[in-house]
Amino acid sequence: MAKTLYDKIWDAHIVSQVGADTLLYIDRHLIHEVTTPQAFAGLNDKGRKVRCPEKTVATMDHSISTRSLALDACGPANQLQLQTLLQNCEDHGITLYPVGHQKQGIIHVMAPELGAIQPGHTVVCGDSHTATHGAFGALAFGIGTSEVEHVFATQTLRQSKAKNLKVEVTGKLPLGVTAKDIILAIIGELGHAGATGYVIEYCGDTIAALSMEERMTICNMSIEGGAKAGLVAPDQTTYDYIKGREKAPQAADWDEAVAYWDTLFSDSDAHFDRTVTLQAKDIKPQVTWGTNPGQVIGVDDLIPAPTDFADPVTRESATKALKYMDLAPGQKLSDLEVSHVFIGSCTNSRIEDLRAAASVAKRGHVANHVMAIIVPGSAAVKQQAEQEGLDQIFLDAGFEWRLPGCSMCLGMNDDLLKEGDRCASTSNRNFEGRQGRGARTHLVSPAMAAAAAINGKFTDVRQFEEQ
Amino acid sequence: MQPITVHTGTMVPLDTANIDTDQIIPKQFLTGVTRQGYGKHLFHDWRYLDQHEQVLNPEFNLNKPEYAGASVLITRENFGCGSSREHAPWALMDFGIQVIIATSFADIFYGNAINNSMLPIRLASNEMDQLFAEVAQNSSALVTIDLSLQTVVCGGLEFSFEIAPHHKNNLIKGLDAIGQTLEHGDKIAAYEQQLASWK
Repeated sequence: MAKTLYDKIWDAHIVSQVGADTLLYIDRHLIHEVTTPQAFAGLNDKGRKVRCPEKTVATMDHSISTRSLALDACGPANQLQLQTLLQNCEDHGITLYPVGHQKQGIIHVMAPELGAIQPGHTVVCGDSHTATHGAFGALAFGIGTSEVEHVFATQTLRQSKAKNLKVEVTGKLPLGVTAKDIILAIIGELGHAGATGYVIEYCGDTIAALSMEERMTICNMSIEGGAKAGLVAPDQTTYDYIKGREKAPQAADWDEAVAYWDTLFSDSDAHFDRTVTLQAKDIKPQVTWGTNPGQVIGVDDLIPAPTDFADPVTRESATKALKYMDLAPGQKLSDLEVSHVFIGSCTNSRIEDLRAAASVAKRGHVANHVMAIIVPGSAAVKQQAEQEGLDQIFLDAGFEWRLPGCSMCLGMNDDLLKEGDRCASTSNRNFEGRQGRGARTHLVSPAMAAAAAINGKFTDVRQFEEQ
Repeated sequence: MQPITVHTGTMVPLDTANIDTDQIIPKQFLTGVTRQGYGKHLFHDWRYLDQHEQVLNPEFNLNKPEYAGASVLITRENFGCGSSREHAPWALMDFGIQVIIATSFADIFYGNAINNSMLPIRLASNEMDQLFAEVAQNSSALVTIDLSLQTVVCGGLEFSFEIAPHHKNNLIKGLDAIGQTLEHGDKIAAYEQQLASWK
């Protein structure tokens, strides 16, 4: 029977059928300080052990400072959480990449850098942006802390299968349009909960032409459309990224691995429960205007009116969002001043993102009323950027150059906005209060964020590109 | 896990779609290392007028006297979307919520609720309308959720709901999911035996 990529990965991981459920084997368990302490405590209470510490990758990312390597830099509660992770990893034999380690970083940035993620893997993490790793053709999804404990103890999860959704993007991307704009446009099309119950496979020649980092940006935001996971079929681009990395298959194993990975694609006659198609030429640089990522428009579109939406729930959400965001229907984004710019997060903090932001940053200086920070996704990204002189470009242009971590994407450290602040952010969520109580978040690409920093308001990056 | 079969309580309505886990429990309260004590911070931004949780927002339903003691939260589409934080069900339960009835739930939240013996129930949009109307008329109306029968009964209203058999079974028996899976230890070991070393 013809199978989708998702079907193939699923079938290859069935340990057992348990009633209507499947016991699914988990190849990689990524962990960080926020969603694990209670799971380790649960294990310890019952005298259970971590079954496969060697399949577990641990780092510190959410609760850490981007100004200091000290664990106590963000107060005693954060410090206790970080020390708890240190102790738990030591007790259970898990390799931890702590703050200050040259391979530390946001878990979804550093795990691929290690070569820990392979095509065909199942990957879980107590973090909803785990779908990032779908870029490798791995089935990757976020889980809660009880499930983290379950994976620790059994290296499996009980799951029921999701449906297959194909999202096809075809044609050449216009100048100034990036992977971030593609995924925001897709979520705008699907709606904030439109992919609930599905695993998405992103395909089409536009997707196939993307780099691994761009594919990670796309898959990362699958959850923002409600999807369980997002996948891209592996190809030569994938293999070239993985080859030679620390945890990648070596020597003779490499050829065996590639032979298997070459089987990981959706059969031509495989059944998808739903298909959505976008033309790349129709995608503009995107900016969210509301309080969920589905509330998004092209940079030159006008802020919509609630009456533009037929569905009463969507209309009600739009009314509420406009009020929170202090926006009026018909307003132009180019008239909207920003007070802050954040370039970072597991969505957009890799070297290509920083290069894109730097190429805009070098054309000017951060506007006087704007505070702009650049937070590389990992120590490796930071080092690479510094070798290329990107840090100096940012510093010369008036941006702050910080240490790697999740930072202002969610503000579990001191990188927080105040009430009424308006931020152009390369992160993944524009929920009420996400970056600080009463603060307003607009999601954009790295180049769009840099352009907003320099002009002090939202700017169509295509203007820069054409110069 | 606590077994749950029948629950009767009063309702508190939150007539808003897409309530995300950042609203349910904001990030500044995720630094804990235990499962306890999150109820005070539930819906922090909406429930309090100040950052220090000294001044209650009288407009927010969870603060209104007529909904005091409610154990059933009724809401709309896509409840619990966003972050995977299990602190969301921990906060709801610590506050006293045992059952959430909504038009739909985000996947991760739904699983997290079940894993904490909090019952997430999906009803159709028009059925939710009727529950909202009922509580608007009588804030002390009792609602009874019977997990065995898969019914929600409130005054003259009676609705049935769907739930996966294994979720139902685990909730009714209060089973430890990890303990159950460990009974399949031989199959997990057999799976691992055939795995290529490079995987």
